Amino acid sequence: MKKTTLRLGDVDIELHEDGTGTPLLFLHSGGGFEPEQPYVGLLARRHRVIAPSHPGFGHSSLPDWIDSIDDIAHLYLELMDRLDLARVRIVGCSIGGWIAAEMATKSPERIEKLILVGPVGVKTGSREKLDIPDIFAMSEEQMLRLRFHDPAKGRIDLKTLSEEQMRVIARNNETLALLVWEPYMHNPKLKHRLHRLTMPTLFLRGASDGLCSADYMQRYATLVPNARSETIAAAGHLPHVEQPEEFAAKVSSFLDAGV
Amino acid sequence: MKAWHFSENAYPYLPPAEEYESIRVTLPNRLYDPKKGAELYDRFLTEWQIAEEEGINIMLNEHHQSATCVDPAAPLVLAALARITSKARLLILGNPIANRRQPVRVAEEMALIDVLSKGRLEVGFVRGVPTEILPANSNPVRMNERHWEALDLIIQAWTGHDGPTSFEGRFFHHRNINIWPRPYQTPHPPVWVSTTSASGATRVGEHGFVQATFLTGFKGTPAIYNSYRQGWHQAGKSDPVPVNRLAYAAMVYVADSDAKARAGAEKLLWYITANKVSPWFRNPPGYSPIAVNVQAMLGDAAGGGFGNFGANTTVDGAVANGTMFYGTPDRVFEQIKTFYHHVGGFGHLLLMGQAGHLGHDETVAGIRAFARDVYPRLQAEFPDDAISGQFDKAASAGD
Repeated sequence: MKKTTLRLGDVDIELHEDGTGTPLLFLHSGGGFEPEQPYVGLLARRHRVIAPSHPGFGHSSLPDWIDSIDDIAHLYLELMDRLDLARVRIVGCSIGGWIAAEMATKSPERIEKLILVGPVGVKTGSREKLDIPDIFAMSEEQMLRLRFHDPAKGRIDLKTLSEEQMRVIARNNETLALLVWEPYMHNPKLKHRLHRLTMPTLFLRGASDGLCSADYMQRYATLVPNARSETIAAAGHLPHVEQPEEFAAKVSSFLDAGV
Repeated sequence: MKAWHFSENAYPYLPPAEEYESIRVTLPNRLYDPKKGAELYDRFLTEWQIAEEEGINIMLNEHHQSATCVDPAAPLVLAALARITSKARLLILGNPIANRRQPVRVAEEMALIDVLSKGRLEVGFVRGVPTEILPANSNPVRMNERHWEALDLIIQAWTGHDGPTSFEGRFFHHRNINIWPRPYQTPHPPVWVSTTSASGATRVGEHGFVQATFLTGFKGTPAIYNSYRQGWHQAGKSDPVPVNRLAYAAMVYVADSDAKARAGAEKLLWYITANKVSPWFRNPPGYSPIAVNVQAMLGDAAGGGFGNFGANTTVDGAVANGTMFYGTPDRVFEQIKTFYHHVGGFGHLLLMGQAGHLGHDETVAGIRAFARDVYPRLQAEFPDDAISGQFDKAASAGD
C-alpha cells in the first residue's frame, strides 16, 4: 500500500494506492478509509485501487470553504485529472456512493462503471419520515445494530487505539456531521440529475443494512437508467468489511462483465 | 456588584426520571399540561416583578424542547417583561445566534425590546448547549464561526443609521439591512456573551463585551476570567479590566435560618439533578474540539466515561465547588466574598433563584432575603468599577 499526499487547490488529500491493473477509484464511507481491511487486498489483486481520504477524514485537510458532498465530487474530478485518469471505475460506499453519484452526474462520460454500496444521497420517501435513520440521535449500540449484521464486528475497543487513531475517529465524525447534517443525508437536486448516469451501475447492499433499507436502495436504483441491484447476505451497511470475499467477487464480476 | 434574578421557567411536573430517557430533546410534550404551564408563566413573571420591586435586575434565557426551561422564544417573554416592569435592567442571556437563521431578525427583536423598555435591555449571545443542536436542526460543526459572524452582522444592523447596508459573509447573506426601530441605547444595548471554557473567553475580552459564565465554580472560573483579560489586553485596551465586565451565575438561596435555607437549597439543586440527558445528545460531533473528544475517548478507555451528569450532586458538594451559595445572610455574604476573591472579582451575580419544585412563596422569600440582607452589603463591598484580577491569596489559599 502506497500512501502519498496530493495537493488539489488548497486541499491536501491523503491518497492510498495498491495493486496494478485497471484503475478503481474507491470512495470510503463515513467511518473513513481503513487500508488494513481485507477487502482492500482482495480488490488490489485485480485492480489498481486508488483510495483518497475525503477532506476532513483520515489525514486529508479540511479548508473552511468545504462543507458539502458536492464540494468533494468537484475535487475528485480534479483528482482524476491530476492522476491522468481519463475514464475510471468507481466503488463508493455510503457517503462515498453519494460522492460517486454526484461525480457521475457532472461527467458521466468519465465514469465507465459505477458500484454504489449502501449509498445515501437522495430523498425518495415521504416528507414526514427520514429516509435514513438519524445517526446523530441514537446510542452507539443502536448505531452498531444498524450498521452491522454482527454488531460484535463493529465494536471498537478504545484501549487498543493510539491517541492518533482516536483523533482520526473524532475528526471523521465531525466531518461527517458537517457534510450530511442538513438536508439530512441527501442533496435534493441529485435525484433530478441521476438520469445522466447511463454507465452500467451496480447497487450493492448488505441484507442487514439498517441505514440504507432495501426499499430506499430500490427507489434510488430506479432513478438510474442502467442499474441493477444485488444483495450480500450476513452483512450490514459495510458489506465490504463484513463479507470481504463475497464483496470482492461481486465487484470483480460486475467490472469484468462485457461492456 | 449588580444582582440579577434568573429563572429558567422550568416545568417540573414530570413522572419519575426512571420513566423517561431524557428530560431534553425527546421528552414527549403530552407530559406538558398547558393549563399548569399557563399558571407557571403567570407565577414566574410575578416573581420577576417582585425581584424588580426589591431592587434586583432581571435575567432570562432560552432553551428548546426541554422541560428544564420552557422558554423557547425568550424575546417574547422579554417583551412582556418590558411592559410589566419599569426600573429593572432586562438581560436576555441569551440569543442562541449560531442556531438562528436570520441574525438581522434577532437585531430587530432586540431593538424593538430596547425601545419598548426605554433602554433597559442588555443583550446576551450564547452558543447554546449541545442539546440545542437537534431542536434547531443546527449543524454542530463550525458553530463558533457562525456565532461570531452573526454577532458582527447584528451589531452592523444596530449601528447603521443611514439607509441600507449589506453583508455577504461565510454563513449569512443580507443585501438590505435597514432595521426599524433602531435601538434606544447608543450605540447599542450592552452586549454579553457566555462561555464555560477559557478558550472561548479570549475573543469576548478582545471585544470588551460582558463575559458571563455559568456554574464554573472555584475550579473553572479563574481561567475563564484570565483568558478574558488576556483578550482585552491583546486588543490593545490599556485600562485594566473592571469587574463590571465579568459575571457569574450560581444557585443562590438565602433565608433567616440555616434549616430554611437548606430546604430551599435542596430544591434548587433540581437544576443539576433533574438534568437527565442521553449521552449522545450531550456531545454531538463538532460541538467540542477534536482534542476534547480525544480526551473523552482516553477517559472512556480508562473506564471513566461521561457518567450520569449531576445525578449524584449534593448541596454540600455544590457549595464546596462554588456553584451554590446558600444559608443565612451572613453566611451567604461570606461565601460570595470568598468566591469573589478566589476568582479575582466579578461585577454581576446571576442568581439562579428558582428551580424545579421551589414554590412561589419560597422563591419570593429567597429573593427578598437576598435583596434586603445580602445585596446591600455586596454593593458596598464590591463597587462596579473595581479592577478585576487582583487575587486575594489569603482568601484562596484554603482551596
